[in-house]
Amino acid sequence: MAGDITEMAIGLAHYLIVAAILFVLGVFGIFLNRKNVIVILMSIELILLSVNLNLVAFSSALGDLTGQVFAMFVLTVAAAEAAIGLAILVIYFRNKGSIEVEAISTLKG
Amino acid sequence: MLAAIAFYVFAAVLVASAAMVVTARNPVHSVLFLILAFFNAAGLFLIAGAEFLAMILVIVYVGAVAVLFLFVVMMLDVDFARLREGFQRYAPIGFAVGLVLFLELAFVLWAWTPAPEAGGLRMHPQPGAEAGLSNTEALARVLYTDNVLLFQAAGVILLIAMIGAIVLTLRERPGTRRQVIAAQLARVPGETVVLRQVPTGAGLKDLGILRPPLPPAEEPEALPEPEHHGHGGGHH
Repeated sequence: MAGDITEMAIGLAHYLIVAAILFVLGVFGIFLNRKNVIVILMSIELILLSVNLNLVAFSSALGDLTGQVFAMFVLTVAAAEAAIGLAILVIYFRNKGSIEVEAISTLKG
Repeated sequence: MLAAIAFYVFAAVLVASAAMVVTARNPVHSVLFLILAFFNAAGLFLIAGAEFLAMILVIVYVGAVAVLFLFVVMMLDVDFARLREGFQRYAPIGFAVGLVLFLELAFVLWAWTPAPEAGGLRMHPQPGAEAGLSNTEALARVLYTDNVLLFQAAGVILLIAMIGAIVLTLRERPGTRRQVIAAQLARVPGETVVLRQVPTGAGLKDLGILRPPLPPAEEPEALPEPEHHGHGGGHH
């Protein structure tokens, strides 16, 4: 049964390394663009993409479709998150005239 | 062999464009590199055999989410130069955290071996080639049977996100002319249609009518249409 792991055209480890690099780049982007919420949201999209890549790679390696189903749900939630995040960004910009993250800490209930 | 070459090309472009997303000076470039990254991730999905997810990634991410980002970046009048002030200051700490995270992930990957019983624990084994099912069909058979509740919940999440985004961004501005559906539906032909006896050969100017009489609640500015003629008002 462990032989299933190497069935893919490309080894599982290759996918995992690419996904790890993508994840780290996303985290790096959050640190790098501390003030720019739009790029932070894009970094979160990159992180979710790397998670999806992991799920698909394992799904393919193990021959189990559950991973792809789960990746689809992650995709759904990511799309919803992007829409809500950008909507909040738009109304924040409308009220404050800037999108600096540091000023968001002044928001109160 | 061909698959290996394609994998390395897609992976290299994916990582490079992801790096450009987080470091690009102009956020519009960031969004465009994000689109490139999604396309290449779709290529990696294709190589892994997840054709449906690859297409969904192109349609949903490139077609909807990335364009949403593009709209927001272009429509907000943000001084992006000022947002990059802390760039150099935060780069070392971000680099350190990223390096630590990557090393941890590398150690996990290095020490990890698949469990011997992993093959027997599959919830939805992929149907083989002899079943004659495409990836989309196999996925649908799993999604609409065992995972139908989760599928519906995903739909509800999308609905809530849509309503939330609309409610958040919708605003009533003074001075905007919007459709008043109640007033529109309350109109009756007797108020708006006038039947006149017109002699043969006489135009409207001969009768002294330049346009139909306006209702009493008239606005000061001389607009050709009364207030409650909205976009859908076809009751002329």
